[in-house]
Amino acid sequence: MKPNLTTTKRPMRMMPAISIQKMLSALWRQRLSYIFLAPFLICFTLFILVPVFMAMFMSFTSYDGFHMPRFVGFDNFISLITQDQIFMKYALPNTIKFAFFVGPVGYVLTFFLAWLIYQLPKSVRDIVALAIYAPSMVGGLALTVVWQAAFSGDYVGYLNHFLLKFGFIKAPILWLQTPDYFLDIMIVVTVWMGFNVGFLAMLAGFDTVNRELYEAGRIDGIANRLQEIFYITVPSMKPQMLFSSVMAIVGTLKAGAISTQLSGAPISPQYSGHLILNHVDDYAFLRYELGYASMVSVVLLVISYFAMKLSYRLFGQKEGE
Amino acid sequence: MGAIIYQIKRMSWSEIVLLISLVLVAAFLFLPILFIFNHAFKPFSELFNYPPTFIVRQPTFQNFNDLIMKTATGAVPFTRYMFNSLIVVVCTLFAVIFTSLMAAYVLSKHKFYFKSLVMAIIMLALMYAPETVGIPRYLVISWLNINNTYLGHILPFIASPVAVFLMKQFIDQIPNDLIEAAKIDGATELRIFARLVLPLAFPAVATISIITIQAVWGDTQASTLFMQDETMKTLPYYITTLTSAGAGGNTIAGQGIAAAAGLLMFLPNLIIFLLFQKRMMETMVHSGVK
Repeated sequence: MKPNLTTTKRPMRMMPAISIQKMLSALWRQRLSYIFLAPFLICFTLFILVPVFMAMFMSFTSYDGFHMPRFVGFDNFISLITQDQIFMKYALPNTIKFAFFVGPVGYVLTFFLAWLIYQLPKSVRDIVALAIYAPSMVGGLALTVVWQAAFSGDYVGYLNHFLLKFGFIKAPILWLQTPDYFLDIMIVVTVWMGFNVGFLAMLAGFDTVNRELYEAGRIDGIANRLQEIFYITVPSMKPQMLFSSVMAIVGTLKAGAISTQLSGAPISPQYSGHLILNHVDDYAFLRYELGYASMVSVVLLVISYFAMKLSYRLFGQKEGE
Repeated sequence: MGAIIYQIKRMSWSEIVLLISLVLVAAFLFLPILFIFNHAFKPFSELFNYPPTFIVRQPTFQNFNDLIMKTATGAVPFTRYMFNSLIVVVCTLFAVIFTSLMAAYVLSKHKFYFKSLVMAIIMLALMYAPETVGIPRYLVISWLNINNTYLGHILPFIASPVAVFLMKQFIDQIPNDLIEAAKIDGATELRIFARLVLPLAFPAVATISIITIQAVWGDTQASTLFMQDETMKTLPYYITTLTSAGAGGNTIAGQGIAAAAGLLMFLPNLIIFLLFQKRMMETMVHSGVK
């Protein structure tokens, strides 16, 4: 038995060396895979990974773009919580309100609209879906013209004209200059343009639901369409719903530009439509406090990370499902 | 059309009510687009009518003419922005399709070290919005010394996790046996990729084209942050100077021009989408995150 023992023991001791060698040779054998992956991965690293890590690093510094960044520890974070009145009074509450209506509310709206459209016969469905998807194709930029004309503050503005004609208001309202309305208009406009890729993913998702499940559900005592949605449709298309919700989160995050486009200035009237992303731009490009701006964007990234975790919790598939 | 009418005739009452209300909703949501179409063709006298009109009465190409002529007197002619935009869109489109297709093919069909790690990072990056880290991106671009070059426009778009993800989900359902069979017949990896995966993944390629063209054609980040040279900026940037009140754009006279420019921004997206709508829906079926 003794010689046997040594022979079995020796490879054990050699293990690390062999596995490194093995790994290297495996890497060499797989070289084609890495070559195929390389162009994407290099750009991905340069323009996504590196910027995110740089933002994390810069968030601990005081940096104006000219001098060397100076390490300040958690000072930026502390002053965000204790001193930044604009952030606490406007950016944060505005973002929460905006994100709630554009995120979950807009999401449910998208789902029901997609579901209703799915009830239509195939040929009509495509046309209706196109009409609803079209505004998101135009992009916020080109639509600025539309919203500025629609919400124009004089008699010529379409909304004012409409409301005056039917006697809802007596004098034209300065929609885009009045802080009370600005955020609401932003929300309406964003939801309006928000029927994007996520909407198409949901629409396609309905096709993946197994028809037989509905039959089985009816036998098992599902009484109405609403129950059908809850017990069959939603669970069956969870993957699409998850993709769609991730797209919704990205959409909400990006939405800072809308307040600039509507107001035509970097800062909306009395900070009424000031979102966290506008706060980042404000510090980065108007005040040149790049360290502080990076810190705010890191906070934004962290918030969106948790939003994504939450949607995985809601729609993610559990083991064995 | 015949098929549509036939199907509508066969619908029950409740379905017709649903159809009518949905068509109304769709028409309402479609209003901004009708508006752009009409506004772009309005002559100057109709732009500021009271009461405001929606439908154009005497369509004219004056606004488009103005759009091109207005900048001809400025420092950089309109055609330059247009040329830049076209170059950037075409190059980015091909670059994104090939890089993401290659990456997706490998991630879907090959086995190699770090594969699950790369996939996990891509899944995490799906939520990434480039707007949030504009400053570090600007620094990276300066380090690479690609400010004021077309590369500065194109490269950031290649880092598109959504494109790779959608592509991978689609390639996942190409049977492995097919690729094995090709290997047994002596096809090289490159041949498999070009002759087998590329044609089979066409719906996904079409979808990525739609998404990429939309993103690139409307993008202003590269022009505002990475390009200091006015001659390297693209069309959407130029349009922001028309619509924003402060930056020298004349909002009164600019409205018609801006609408014409807006239409110009929208049409390519619409055409591409109409061409590939079916393929896009085929891809979105596989968009589920599992």
